[in-house]
Amino acid sequence: MSAVIEEHHDDHDHKPTGIGRWLFSTNHKDIGTMYLCFSFLMLFIGGTLALVIRAELFQPGLQFIDPELFNQMTTLHGLIMVFGVIMPAFVGLANWMVPLMIGAPDMALPRMNNWSFWLLPGAFGLLIASLIMSLMGMGSAPNFGWTFYAPLSTTYGPDSTDFFIFSVHMMGISSIMGAINIIATIINMRAPGMTYMKMPIFVWTWFITAYLLIAVMPVLAGAVTMMLTDRNFGTSFFSAAGGGDPVLFQHVFWFFGHPEVYIMILPSFGIISQIVPTFSRKKIFGYSSMVYATSSIAFLSFIVWAHHMFTTGMPVATELFFMYATMLIAVPTGVKVFNWVSTMWKGSLTFETPMLFAIAFIFLFTIGGFTGLMLAIVPADFQYHDTYFVVAHFHYVLVSGALFGIFAAVYFWLPKWTGNMYDEGLGKWHFWLSTISMNILFFPMHFLGLAGMPRRIPDYNLQFAEFNQIASIGAFIFGFSQLILLYNVIKTIRGKSSEKATDQVWEGAEGLEWTLPSPAPFHSFTTPPTVK
Amino acid sequence: MSAAIRVASFIGLMLVSMQSWAEYHLNLRPGVTSFSQGAYDIHTLVMWICVVIGIVVFGAMIYSIVMHRKSRGAVAAKFDDNLTIEIVWTVIPFIILGFMAVPATKVLLAMEDVSDSDMSIKVTGYQWKWHYDYNVGENAQDISFFSNLATPMEEIHNKATKEKNYLLEVDNRIVVPANKKIRLLFTSNDVIHAWWIPAFGVKQDAIPGYINDAWFKTDKIGTYRGQCAELCGTNHGFMPIVVDVVSEADYEKWVASKKESAAAAEASSNKTWTKAELIEHGKAVYATNCVACHQASGEGIPNVFPALKGSAIATGDVSKHIDIVVHGKTGTAMQAFGAQLNDADLAALVTYERNAWGNDTGDAVQPADIKAAR
Ligand code: HEC
Ligand SMILES: [Cu+2]
Repeated sequence: MSAVIEEHHDDHDHKPTGIGRWLFSTNHKDIGTMYLCFSFLMLFIGGTLALVIRAELFQPGLQFIDPELFNQMTTLHGLIMVFGVIMPAFVGLANWMVPLMIGAPDMALPRMNNWSFWLLPGAFGLLIASLIMSLMGMGSAPNFGWTFYAPLSTTYGPDSTDFFIFSVHMMGISSIMGAINIIATIINMRAPGMTYMKMPIFVWTWFITAYLLIAVMPVLAGAVTMMLTDRNFGTSFFSAAGGGDPVLFQHVFWFFGHPEVYIMILPSFGIISQIVPTFSRKKIFGYSSMVYATSSIAFLSFIVWAHHMFTTGMPVATELFFMYATMLIAVPTGVKVFNWVSTMWKGSLTFETPMLFAIAFIFLFTIGGFTGLMLAIVPADFQYHDTYFVVAHFHYVLVSGALFGIFAAVYFWLPKWTGNMYDEGLGKWHFWLSTISMNILFFPMHFLGLAGMPRRIPDYNLQFAEFNQIASIGAFIFGFSQLILLYNVIKTIRGKSSEKATDQVWEGAEGLEWTLPSPAPFHSFTTPPTVK
Repeated sequence: MSAAIRVASFIGLMLVSMQSWAEYHLNLRPGVTSFSQGAYDIHTLVMWICVVIGIVVFGAMIYSIVMHRKSRGAVAAKFDDNLTIEIVWTVIPFIILGFMAVPATKVLLAMEDVSDSDMSIKVTGYQWKWHYDYNVGENAQDISFFSNLATPMEEIHNKATKEKNYLLEVDNRIVVPANKKIRLLFTSNDVIHAWWIPAFGVKQDAIPGYINDAWFKTDKIGTYRGQCAELCGTNHGFMPIVVDVVSEADYEKWVASKKESAAAAEASSNKTWTKAELIEHGKAVYATNCVACHQASGEGIPNVFPALKGSAIATGDVSKHIDIVVHGKTGTAMQAFGAQLNDADLAALVTYERNAWGNDTGDAVQPADIKAAR
């Protein structure tokens, strides 16, 4: 009986049409596409804010925006990039790829999937509305940094803070539901023979990431709820005047915040672990150690949070504990990098755009890892903390790490999604411009931080002028280079002048997703494949 | 040939113009205290270890990228596992980490030992200025003052050339004697700030409701500059810190002069001023204490900081005006300036606000009026 229905689906591929196809979608591919498009839109909004920041910092003195607006720019840039770009892009990739990679017909909870996506436009609509109102002269948008430390965000927060709180609640619900869905899919819907230790590494990294999300998003929700009651209902969780504790806020925030940074990198680790073997035409080196390393990183991510707080005056013993725990993360991270390099070793390498981004990822993420290790050393951290050195560090892991991973994934799977090959020449232009400009943009920030420039300032002493100027030039090149990606993606989707993609797409590709036709049909694996 | 000359002269020009760059730095500097030195040493150690690891790992990758490319006819090998090597590259990092952790721990333990200090200074963060109080501990002196940004607004708004210490200059510096262990106690009056002097290697958060401490000691006489390091609101970028480390004798002189000026301020609060004197002094006090929010034009920032130009309070009942300036308004950024300024300053301030920007009320408020309103 059910076999007959499935056949029917496969044959006609009947999709709903019109706007209803997207509004009421329960199809993992359409929802994945919506997540990716949303994230792309947010990338341009968040990027525009970054360019406003870099324009202001191009020269010493105040030129374009006042300090109040500057703080709103840094805050919204951070929030949009973290919650609106990186996380939705990963969920979009998981939606598209996890079912295809494990041989499942769809996500386990398709209606919830729809809801978790459609919460996001609401959440970000609210956040961005606060900025628009601020630009129209109606109060201030959130201006306390993406870390929203109390009491700056509670007693001293602008009225729009309540918008921000509601928005974070919605994002949190969306992420938690997305994570539950991914876990349910991976546990229940693997094709026969797809044991855990045969799952592609991308699926593994997302599996672990989803648990991290479920563990920490409620903590974030707790933090903003306490803010909400502090602001509106007279409680004093974070107010010293009422017997509360501003440092408690930081503990709660970073208990969420540190696992969060791994939430933003583990799926990229997974992507790189798919791409490097494909273009090396060789199996991933040390599959099981990759899985164990990912799990160790996830575990350690829960016991290092206070390394963001070394200057708050913690007891020495606490500082030592968090320093040692943080240093330990270097070990499993190192294992991953060594495994990627060993996968390339004695392979048969080609350098299509996904591989180029993957290689840049390994180089540049490793640099971010090194500075991370330096930041873990408490006495040195007293000098680095809250300076541009930190800004450089986290942009190396988030831009050349998380974001380059996403770029690599888009180029890698776009032919499977659309049935058309992207323009390789444009891909290479995008790669080289992005990689070079990203270093022009962020490398000088190391020097700025070491020379003593604090982060989040709209104006600076003359000794910082040169490197700020260089960074701003890099920023504009980087920003505008992303238009090449936009153009390339649109061109590939329309496919008029594109080469058609084969089913396998890449010579070295292995895995269930490459056994499907390109483009992947609307309904796939309605009868599960068997994995040997 | 001529192309080569052109390229060479271009590079030459670039180098020459580099010379004209303002003083800039690439690396952390050793500073002048034992733990800025300690931080510098451990920074250098860890950085070079990272560089070496980077050369090995990136070297292997680059070798592979060059030698194992398909276009050179490379055929993929079949291996995908090797237990021995995996154990080796898990264990070696542990050992390397040990080499970093030991010196780091030593430096940290030395830093945290604040015992046996020679004098203590209490540092309080305010939006957006610092307050220093020498009235703590054994060698307590009756000195307490605010330290505000002294860079003129014209420089910030690009209407005047920026000086070398642009944004790193204050009206009242902290002065401390050399060769003495100075203990600092940090707290805050509003949001979290962080007090940072790179040359001392001291960075501590100033948190409302907390008292944190740190110390420094240096034999190098000189002026040291830093900034607030924790985002603390609109003017976070405009609350610098300047410390003068001076000889014992100069320190004594400074203490004496501070006491004298305190006495003079006391006297000025007891006399009666002319309106012109009040307005002139008030303008200066306004420029250091109020412009950050209410702006030099008195127009404020719409919906954030109210305008004083034409405002109901600044043109209406004097007692209400005095009240909000002296007692502030709780729950807003408007602080109680009664605790920060003396009667003469406050009287001058209110007089100025009531006569500037077309608020021509003609009122003159005397120090005695302020004393009565406290
Ligand atoms: C940190 C920012 C800040 C600084 C600095 C500041 N103010 Fe204010 N001020 C405010 C805010 C915010 C209000 C509005 C309070 C409210 O909600 O009523 C205000 C209100 C006032 C008002 C009442 C205006 C009206 O019409 O409602 C006066 C008068 C005033 N300030 C004077 C001063 C003086 C004098 C100084 C300098 C000694 C000063 N302020 C410094 C933030 C500031
Ligand atoms: Cu501050």
